[in-house]
Amino acid sequence: MILKNKDVLGLEELSAEEILGVLEIASRFRAVFDRPVRSVPIMRGRTVVNFFHEPSTRTRISFELAEKRLSADIVNFSTATSSFSKGETLRDTAENLAAMKIDMLIIRHSSPGAAHYLAKVLECSVINAGDGAHEHPTQGLLDIMTMQQRFGDLRGKKVTIIGDIAHSRVARSNIWGLNKLGAEVTLCGPPTMVPGGLARLGVNIEFDLKKAVAGADVLNVLRIQLERHSSKSFPSNREYHRMYGITEDVVRTLKPEAIVMHPGPMNRDVEISSEVADGPRQVILDQVANGVAVRMALIYLLSGGDPGALGVGQD
Amino acid sequence: MEWSWQRIPSEFLVTGVKLCRQGKLGKRKGFLHVRKGRIEGLGIGTPTVEGIPALDGDGLVCGPGFVDLHAHFREPGHEEKETVATGSRAAAAGGYTSVVTMPNTDPAIDNTGMIRYLIDRGKEAGLCRIHPTGAVSPGRDGQGMTEFGDMVNAGAVGFTDDGSPIASGGLMSNALKYADVLGVPIITHAEDRSIVGKGCMHSGYWSARLGMAGMARAGEDAAVFRDIELAKAAGAHLHVAHVSTKGAVEIIRRAKNEGLRVTAEATPHHFSLDHSRCRDYSPLFKVNPPLREPDDVNAVADGLADGTLDCIATDHAPHTVTEKEHQFDQAPFGVVGLETALGVGITYLVNTGVMDMGQLVQCMSETPARIFNLPGGRLEEGAEADFVLFDPACQWVVDADGFQSRSRNSAYLGETLTGRVSATFRGGRLTWRDGG
Repeated sequence: MILKNKDVLGLEELSAEEILGVLEIASRFRAVFDRPVRSVPIMRGRTVVNFFHEPSTRTRISFELAEKRLSADIVNFSTATSSFSKGETLRDTAENLAAMKIDMLIIRHSSPGAAHYLAKVLECSVINAGDGAHEHPTQGLLDIMTMQQRFGDLRGKKVTIIGDIAHSRVARSNIWGLNKLGAEVTLCGPPTMVPGGLARLGVNIEFDLKKAVAGADVLNVLRIQLERHSSKSFPSNREYHRMYGITEDVVRTLKPEAIVMHPGPMNRDVEISSEVADGPRQVILDQVANGVAVRMALIYLLSGGDPGALGVGQD
Repeated sequence: MEWSWQRIPSEFLVTGVKLCRQGKLGKRKGFLHVRKGRIEGLGIGTPTVEGIPALDGDGLVCGPGFVDLHAHFREPGHEEKETVATGSRAAAAGGYTSVVTMPNTDPAIDNTGMIRYLIDRGKEAGLCRIHPTGAVSPGRDGQGMTEFGDMVNAGAVGFTDDGSPIASGGLMSNALKYADVLGVPIITHAEDRSIVGKGCMHSGYWSARLGMAGMARAGEDAAVFRDIELAKAAGAHLHVAHVSTKGAVEIIRRAKNEGLRVTAEATPHHFSLDHSRCRDYSPLFKVNPPLREPDDVNAVADGLADGTLDCIATDHAPHTVTEKEHQFDQAPFGVVGLETALGVGITYLVNTGVMDMGQLVQCMSETPARIFNLPGGRLEEGAEADFVLFDPACQWVVDADGFQSRSRNSAYLGETLTGRVSATFRGGRLTWRDGG
């Protein structure tokens, strides 16, 4: 058994062995992508529900693709964010889902802990596709997979995460996963966006971008969630770009082998300049492809898939 | 004559109890003599009067009926959470004989008719003395002032927009001056919402780790500081509700050292629980002000022990099961507290050595009655016979099914507490008997 629990809620809950095991399976699936027929009949007759309680395009499409390539039956349902006074409680939702006898639930929700709650009350497997600003484990795994493809073992590798850490589930999943694999994580952004409380998780906090990227192997550039900053935690997009934007000038100071990542969607010329976004250091489209592979691996493993059947361990 | 719980006579004795009053728990057993709703006599040893029924209180502590300065009974408007009747029952079960209710009902308690209505509802329920507070501003909109004078005449014991802070310093200043002449305090829900924002738990390690919007301590500290300065300028009585930060405790301590007319309360949850309780996203730990860090929890407990914080108030805030089944960030703030306050106080303050039993009981009865100038809360000859009998060593597991409150949103479900109310009397009448 590569995964010990029935659910994948966060990288906090996964061990280093589990993370490495999942990524190994993901790389097998990744190899399938280059074949003319990219789907495998592993999940035939199983039902996966994609429950997106918050708008999402790429994560939802990535999950759907992963499910389709495993030949699962898919049900999508999305709800607009509802206020607690009128909306159905998550418990009611969960009971409805349980009554419908599904095999797996993929959930994206604006509330931290929503996936954890459903995992507790449902018998089926639950994969967290993002719970508020808490975790986004599949993104964390695909980021780590992309780093591994370049560097192999991540022990001692320096990863700098730049941007709106406070509101970023991607940052939290990266922190948990990278710490477990022995990488050294530095958080950087305006002080209004980097909660000091995170230092206790064993990361460096550096507000000066130049210092934060010095010696880094990976820059993971987060999306500035412009819609969340009504109370103005930074003065302007222009100033953000000048102080924390990843531009050619910043990239020039990096080690030659360093890579630039972005979970998307990008605000070009805010957190990342167009030159860098399209330049030789970025691995953004690898991230997207790896995302499908990682999600296939998780769905496969959680539905009791046999790692041996994919030829793992036969090399 | 035989004692009968079924028919409480108008004159009776309570014997074998340790009397707890004026900050001291008696070392030797004593008695209480009740006659026509008043305390006829009390003392050490056995009473000299004979021929009247005696309640054998062996092993129990007898203290003044508890006085809560901060409870939400939700009536009118949210009777699905609590009513004056169910809230009174919860209060009696917790040993309370007097309760100050908060005005953030729907509609708000902002006129004389509403004050009278609550007092009447309290009398119908017949279990506690209900002392309503009125809203500072009509509809609690933070704009103007309600008719304080009229409401005080009808029985209002203070004014507050509790649930919401008073954002305008000008309004707070006027309210303090105006209320003071009427002899009642302004109760501040000290929270600067421009600092606290959309936070749903304490801003610190756990909020950062869980990805929750945080409520910074400074939001409370700054608001307490502002209101104390305004009270100082007005020479008026400010009462600070539910103090939760070490900073606020320190600011209040300085104000008291200066001799200002500032009083303050702390809730059981703020002196017993810290923000790590939120780790499993249970909305039962979502309160405002939020559960804070261990050094805040200790500062609040120490503040109670040294008198910086005058009293324990429950901030009993009932919510339906459904509301508390929403996700943490979406669920409403608040926990019930009337039925667990004594047990939490003994478990977390007395048994930990922060204070002794005498002081705890004083913090829950005599002191709150005194600072709000309420009748009751005194165990002395001639006073109304409002008293509680409790077993200070009884260990019990908190179970929502045992609650008298209409709601069950307790932060202590499943926890073992020490200290349990056996019986409560208000004006010589039995209002609660454990298992009875």
